[in-house]
Formats: sequence, C-alpha cells, structure tokens
Amino acid sequence: MIEFENVSKSYGESKVLDRLNFRINPGEFVVLIGPSGCGKTTTLRTINRLIEPDGGKVFINGEDISKVNPVQLRRTIGYVIQQIGLFPNMTVEENIAVVPKLLKYPKEKWQPIVRELLELVGMPYKENAHKYPSELSGGQQQRIGVLRALAASPPIVLMDEPFGALDPITREALQEEVKRIQKKLKKTIVFVTHDMDEALRMADTIVFMSGGKILQMASPEELLQNPADPLISEFMGKHKGAPGASLTAGDFMKTRVLKASRKTQTLQSVELMRKRDVNSMIVVNDDDTYAGTVSLDTIKALGKAGKEIGDMMEDQAPIVNLNEDAHDTFEKLYTSPVGYVVVLNDDKTVAGLITKTSMAKAMGEALWGEMLS
Amino acid sequence: MGGNAVMTFVAFCIDHQKDIFNCLVRHFQLVGISVAAGMLIAIPLGIFLSRFKHFALAVLRLAGMVQTIPGLVMLGFALLLFGIGLPPALFVLSIYAILPILQNTYTGITEVEKSYIEAAKGIGMTNGQILRKIEIPLALSSIVGGIRTSVVFTVSWATLAGLIGAGGLGDLIWTGLSTYNTNYILAGAVPSAIVAIALSGLISIIQKSITPRGLKGVSV
Amino acid sequence: MSNLTPLIIEHLLIVLAAVAISAVIGVSLGILSYWVRPLDKIILWVAEIIQTIPTLALLAMLMILFGLGNITIIAGLVLYALMPIIRNTYIGLEAIPAHLKDAARGMGMSKPQQLIKIEIPFSLPLIFSGIKIALVNSLSIAVMGVLIGAGGLGYPIYRGIQTNSLERILSGAIPVVLMAMILDYLMTKMEKWMVRKSPQN
Repeated sequence: MIEFENVSKSYGESKVLDRLNFRINPGEFVVLIGPSGCGKTTTLRTINRLIEPDGGKVFINGEDISKVNPVQLRRTIGYVIQQIGLFPNMTVEENIAVVPKLLKYPKEKWQPIVRELLELVGMPYKENAHKYPSELSGGQQQRIGVLRALAASPPIVLMDEPFGALDPITREALQEEVKRIQKKLKKTIVFVTHDMDEALRMADTIVFMSGGKILQMASPEELLQNPADPLISEFMGKHKGAPGASLTAGDFMKTRVLKASRKTQTLQSVELMRKRDVNSMIVVNDDDTYAGTVSLDTIKALGKAGKEIGDMMEDQAPIVNLNEDAHDTFEKLYTSPVGYVVVLNDDKTVAGLITKTSMAKAMGEALWGEMLS
Repeated sequence: MGGNAVMTFVAFCIDHQKDIFNCLVRHFQLVGISVAAGMLIAIPLGIFLSRFKHFALAVLRLAGMVQTIPGLVMLGFALLLFGIGLPPALFVLSIYAILPILQNTYTGITEVEKSYIEAAKGIGMTNGQILRKIEIPLALSSIVGGIRTSVVFTVSWATLAGLIGAGGLGDLIWTGLSTYNTNYILAGAVPSAIVAIALSGLISIIQKSITPRGLKGVSV
Repeated sequence: MSNLTPLIIEHLLIVLAAVAISAVIGVSLGILSYWVRPLDKIILWVAEIIQTIPTLALLAMLMILFGLGNITIIAGLVLYALMPIIRNTYIGLEAIPAHLKDAARGMGMSKPQQLIKIEIPFSLPLIFSGIKIALVNSLSIAVMGVLIGAGGLGYPIYRGIQTNSLERILSGAIPVVLMAMILDYLMTKMEKWMVRKSPQN
C-alpha cells in the first residue's frame, strides 16, 4: 500500500505538488493523468525517491520511505520510463537481469527469471536474450523495459508514460500486455500518462491532477459519469458518454423544438409547422408546462380556421423525464406511435424531443466524438 | 633517395642496431610512463569534473591553453625547473598526455544519454554502480580515443626529450641534425614515425574491439 | 621587445605562407574526396598518417630533402595543416542536405557550378574552422623550425633552453601563445558570423 500524506514540492516559487493526500491499495492499477505540468510525473518520482518532497510523507506498507535507503528502496520498486533507457552496452538478458544482479541473485536464480519473463511477452529466450537493444524494434525495446522492471518481482511498478513514444498499434498491444501481466502477477502499478484513452483502458483508479492537486480520484466509470471539474470533462473530450457509461434521455434529445400555446389558432399552427418543415408540434399550457402534441394531419382532419389547437391535442406521444435512463428512453422511442418521445424537465416544462434522428446522432457522438453536421 | 642511399642506410642500421634498439626502448619507456601517468591523473579527474560541472569549464579551458604552449617551450620550463635528464622529460610528456584523455573522459561521460542514468538510478543503482556499469562502459570508446591521441602526442614530443638528455629516438635525430648525417636522422625519424603510426592503428583496433556490439552500427 | 619584432613577423609569415598553401591544397583535396568517392578514404587516411608522424621526425626527414631553412619548416607546416583542412572541407560538403543538391542539379547546374554556387558557400563556415585549427596549431609547431635552421620565435626559445634563461624562453613563448590566442579568438568570432550569414540559416 502506498500512502501520500500532505506531500508538497516546490521549485522556487512554483508549487509542483500541493499537499497531496491519497492512498493506493495493493494490486491496484492507478493512473496519474492531467495536463502537462500538473505534477503527475513528480508524484510518481517521489515514490521511488528520485524526487524528495519538501513537506509531507510517503509511506509504503506503513513505512516512511524517507527513512529507507533510496537505493535499496528503488531495487524493490520497478521503474519504466518513456525513453525506455535500456542500457545499450548490455544484452537483452543482461538488461533484464540487472536488478537481480544488483541484489546478488546467483545465476541459477536469475536466468530462469529472464527466460520466464521473455516467454511472458512472447519473445523466446533463444532468439532474443543475446541481442542488444539497438537490434530490437521500439515496441520490443519497451517490452524489455517492462521486463527489466519486473525482474526482481517488485510488488510495485512505476511507469512514466512508458508507451508515449510508440506508434498506436504497438502501444495498444503493450497496454494489453501490461494489463494482463499486472493481473497475472498482481502488481501494484502507478502509471503516468496524458492520454485519457490509455487511462480509461488500463486504470482501476484514475487520479486526475492539476496544478499539483488532485481534482478527482475515482474509477474510470465514476470519472466518466461524474467528472468533478470542468477541466476533467474537457480532458475527456469524446469520452463523455462513452459506451457503457450511463446516459440519460437528456443526452439524446434535440432542444430546438416547435412549441406553441394551446391558444394558437389552427391556420397559424399550420403555417408554423410548414415553415419549420415538421408535421407535428408541442402544445404547452400558459405556465409553459407540457399539454400535448398536435399533428398536421389532425388539424387537417378536424380543424377549421380560427379554432384553437388546444382542442385537438393528442396525448399519444410517450413522455420521459430529462434524467430517464437511456435504455428505457430507447424502448419508448421504438414503441412510440408518433415516432418521437417528449422530454420534460422536473417542472413539467418541455426540455426537448427525442427522434430517431437525434438518437442516432447522439449515439454516433458517443462512439466517435463530436459530429459537425 | 637512390638505391645506393637505401643500402647505405640499411648498412648503417645494422651497424648501429644496438644504439637504435636502446633508443627505441627508451622511447617506449618515455611514452609508456607518461601515458600511464596521464591516464592515472586524467581519467579520475575527468570523472570528477563530470560530477562537478561548474569546475569543468575552467579546468578544461586551462587544459586547452596549456596545450597551445609549444612543446619546446614546455621542455624549456621543465629544464629550468628540474634540470637535465629523465624527470623533466617525463614531467612534460605527462602533462601532454593528460590533456586529450581528460577531455575525452569528460565529454565521454557527460555525453552519456540522460535516460540511461535516469533508468539506472530508478532501478536502484548506487552512484558508484552507475559509474562502473553504465557511464564508464559507454564512455570507454571515447576515453580510449583520448588515450590514442595522447600516445601519438607523446611519441612525437618524446623525440624532443633527446634535447634535454633524456634519450629516445630523438637522440639519433638530434645527432643527425647537428652533424648533418642523413643516416642518423633516418635511424631516429623512421622508427619513431613507424611507432607512432603503429601504436595509433593498434589502439584504433582496440577501441573498435572493446566497443560493445550494441553501440556499433545501427542506433536506436 | 624591439629586437623581437622581426622574429614575430617572420614567425607569422612562415605560418601564413604555410597555411595559405595548405588551404589551397587541402580544400582541393577535400573537394576531390567529395567528388571521387573511392578517393575519400585514401586521402583522409594519408592525411591522418602524416599527422601521426612525430614533428621532429617529419621535419628532420624534410630537411634531408629541402636543406636547412624556412622552406623546410613551411613544407612541414603545410603537411601538418592538411589534415584539419581536408577533413573539414570533406565533412562540410558531405553535410549538405540532399534536397539542396537535388535542387541545384534540377536547375541544370553543372558540377563546378553546384560547387561554387551552392556547396562551397554552404560549407564555408566548416572549411574556415578547419583553417583556423590549422593556423593555431601551426603557430605552435613553427617554433620547432629553429631545430632545422629556420627563423621565427623558436630561436629565442631555443637559446633560452641552451642558456638556462627563463626570460629568453618567455620572450619567444609569450608572443607565440598570445598570437595563437588572439587568432583563435578573432577567427572563432568570424566563424560565428559566417554561420549566421550562411545559407543554412
């Protein structure tokens, strides 16, 4: 377990970490994310004492790490960096075995570890162990970078934007591998990224930081549903309402709907609808609450000039509350005899309308991001 | 130079083989001792400077200035300080030997990519281990390059040692120059040139052979 | 000091004459290495071998050819100065971006036109830097001229050694070191100016 207690760090005037308090449980995959300069990398580097905080304490399993020899500490914590940093003068095997060797493991002990780890990422020992880093592709290099961090079986692994320099396809493959390895070996991983996709894909818990503070620490699910700060929603961009997150009726409706008072006269109504090129409209009471709907067909069938539309309203359109669950709304839309659903605010005024078109558009946006047209 | 002159020279060399051999041995001693001294001083100093960079600029600039002082002048200083013989010659040669090794050790170590140091530190290497396992191996080729330059310099300046009675192949050249004897000149000049070229080539080969495979050819 | 002035001038003239000759030969050989591919390795290798030969050995052998006097030291300095000039010319020309060469060829420039209009201007700062290195080194090496009967500032230094006179040694050494430092400083400034003016920027 890793605990931060009032951890602060300043460089001159600028506060990089501002009284951080949080806790990471064993076996948890925690992703630190935020805009650049938010303090996420600094936070990570305080865990293995590459950075010493000015104030506060960091505990690992209840032990104040400032009392632990930093070199000894680092040997028990895996570390993976974006620049990979495989030692070019050492072979793949030597790179992976470097920490076990520092810990004075005998060869009989570290060599099977190397074999096993290479097996784990699908790089057979025989073909790869004696290559030099320069003979590997970027993705393979970072696989070895991860293995080097795992070799002495540290319970905690720190990863600082490990896949930032890789192409998207390799990155995705490595994300999956690391997630798989983490689950298999039950590691606690603290992972820094600025890529929300990556965070959502990998994290058990996301720590969103800004200005050296934690804005929100929550599961990806929770972060998507209830972002605690506009900055977080902005950062998530297209992920707002990603599949699996719970959407409400409000997310699918169109708000530009044709409304008219029940006192509106028939001819005027026909004109309004024609102008907007729709064939029905919503009728509201004097206090702006929902009264019903009226369709062009009904007016043509029943209406006479000068009559008020309030007299020929229908109530076949299903009604949902703004916060109605997306799934229920969807069913109502499909069973609606009029082909749309009316969305009401809590005070019964009209919030909008969901049509099949607006529904499709909203789903598209949820899947593929903002749509322009 | 005609065939006749070559024959005369060969005959001269055979005649004086013992002298030439002794001078050659002395030359090697001069070079060997001064380069060894240069390494002993320059490599630790270079490492030290790479740790304390604010000293480094001043020291390296000073070293660069010393290097522009002509060899003859340095020899003159040493002569005035220590008198005639081996010590002043070794003193001057050692100073010349230090400079290239110092420069190359310093640049070799400071040019080691930051990410390697960061990674090494992050996985729990002590400063000493980072130096031994990462920095020195990565700087080794540069350091050996410095030693090569240093050897070439000292082989060259050691020919001047003859001027202050320290012997070496310079003695033969010097005798030849002052008596206008071509054979003496060649008996000193040719071996010293061969020694310089051979040592330089040899160290180049060593330099290549100690460069780990991972650092050759394809880079990341 | 007054009796030093002619020596300083002589020293400087020897060095300037040698570096000027060496610059003409060195730049030509640099261009040749650049143009005629298989020659580059040989030319650079030979220049390096020459530089490896101990100074006194080279000068003494040249003396056999040219006799005692200034010609011999100039010949020696020319040979020593070749290496930095050839190398820098070659590297400078090699470093020209391929798109520039393509553009020049595409516009229908002949090889010499490319060289004069594009390649030389482009690599000029580096060539100049090679000449600077040659010049500074030569100032120091020229002191050795006294051993083969040449003039210049080697004379007071050598006399100082023979007579155990620090004063005499310094009277020769200080002007040499000062000239080297001043020339280095001025030429480094010029080099920076050239880099700023160079077509690269």
